Amino acid sequence: MFCEKAMELIRELHHTPEGQLPAFNEDGLRQILEEMKALYEQNQSDVNEAKSDGRSDLIPTIKFRHCSLLRNRRCTVAYLYDRLLRIRALRWEYGSVLPNALRFHMSAEEMEWFNRYKKSLATYMRSLGGEEGLDVTQDMKPPKSLYIEVRCLRDYGEFEVDDGTSVVLKKNSQHFLPRWKCEQLIRQGILEHVLS
Amino acid sequence: MAEELDLMGQDSDGDSDEVVLTPAELIERLEEAWMNEKFAPELLESKSEIVECVIEQLDHMEENLRRAKKGDLKVSIHRMEMERIRYVLNSYLRCRLMKIEKFFPHILEKEKTRSDREPSCLSPEEFAFAKEYMANTETYLKNVALKHMPPNLQKVDLLRSVPKPDLDSYVFLRVKERQENILVEPETDEQRDYVIDLEEGSQHLIRYKTIAPLVASGAVQLI
Repeated sequence: MFCEKAMELIRELHHTPEGQLPAFNEDGLRQILEEMKALYEQNQSDVNEAKSDGRSDLIPTIKFRHCSLLRNRRCTVAYLYDRLLRIRALRWEYGSVLPNALRFHMSAEEMEWFNRYKKSLATYMRSLGGEEGLDVTQDMKPPKSLYIEVRCLRDYGEFEVDDGTSVVLKKNSQHFLPRWKCEQLIRQGILEHVLS
Repeated sequence: MAEELDLMGQDSDGDSDEVVLTPAELIERLEEAWMNEKFAPELLESKSEIVECVIEQLDHMEENLRRAKKGDLKVSIHRMEMERIRYVLNSYLRCRLMKIEKFFPHILEKEKTRSDREPSCLSPEEFAFAKEYMANTETYLKNVALKHMPPNLQKVDLLRSVPKPDLDSYVFLRVKERQENILVEPETDEQRDYVIDLEEGSQHLIRYKTIAPLVASGAVQLI
């Protein structure tokens, strides 16, 4: 049956929970494009025959193939667009630098889209008042307290806190730090908020 | 909040048609804009003046805090206040960005066909962002799939493929200014349209489309 591969791509994403990105199904996409090419060429020849030989009995088949073509296109665009939305969510979740595991699941073109998106977002944020602009990706949750207890999960090195003093973030060390300074590191997995 | 830190002297970056707001009023306006934006299904009018003033406000507060005595209890309280304001501001801007990305073809189309008298839904920076987002996405889809498809299928009409905001969704609101004779259109064929009055201070659950202009004018507040 036509459009099977297209349905497979859709199902693949449908089964993937939000926030996850499966590997880019390059093979699947290629097969769909090939099927579309074949359908189109068959339709071309049938249309010519229908016109020249008056074969109006071919018309239902032509229509059917056309519907399959439209369905293939719709599924393909939906697959690609849904992946873009997932990739976009990654920028907000992980920041500008993506974990390697996720990068391997992205195609080169998706990476390019991501880089352009990042740049566009950065330009927008920089334009918001002040010299450095405003980092809109911070402060994702309403602040409960000024300072929080954090534990360091990985060696990070020196980290500057207010008024010049700095802290050394070594693995397993615990610190009482200003919440807004830690937010980015918590999201990147370097610090862990200790809820006691 | 502001009085102790001597912020009353600051002006609100006023244009000629701007009213000078106290810092407290400014934050109230920000919170109102934030809630409206959160609960409205479509992108609302851009409130860049409020955003600019709040950012200025935060910068002033930061500067004052830096000059203040360390260890002063007031410093913690004011910093907490700054955090809260920053959260509301960021949440507001994020909400707008999400809507821009979600409905980008419709928003850009609306901006294109907007008359000069109507206020824009997009700040200039948001407009640039929206255009870049659209160009980026269109280019990507074209290069990865569309240009490899049969010639008569290479154009995808994004206005038709991307869903529009659902203006019929229901919203909660509180009435700030009394309104009379609001026409409520029927949802189903069996119903008829009817007219209601909105009393000041009353709260309602109503379809967004019916009261959209009232949100824009500030007569009602979405909650």
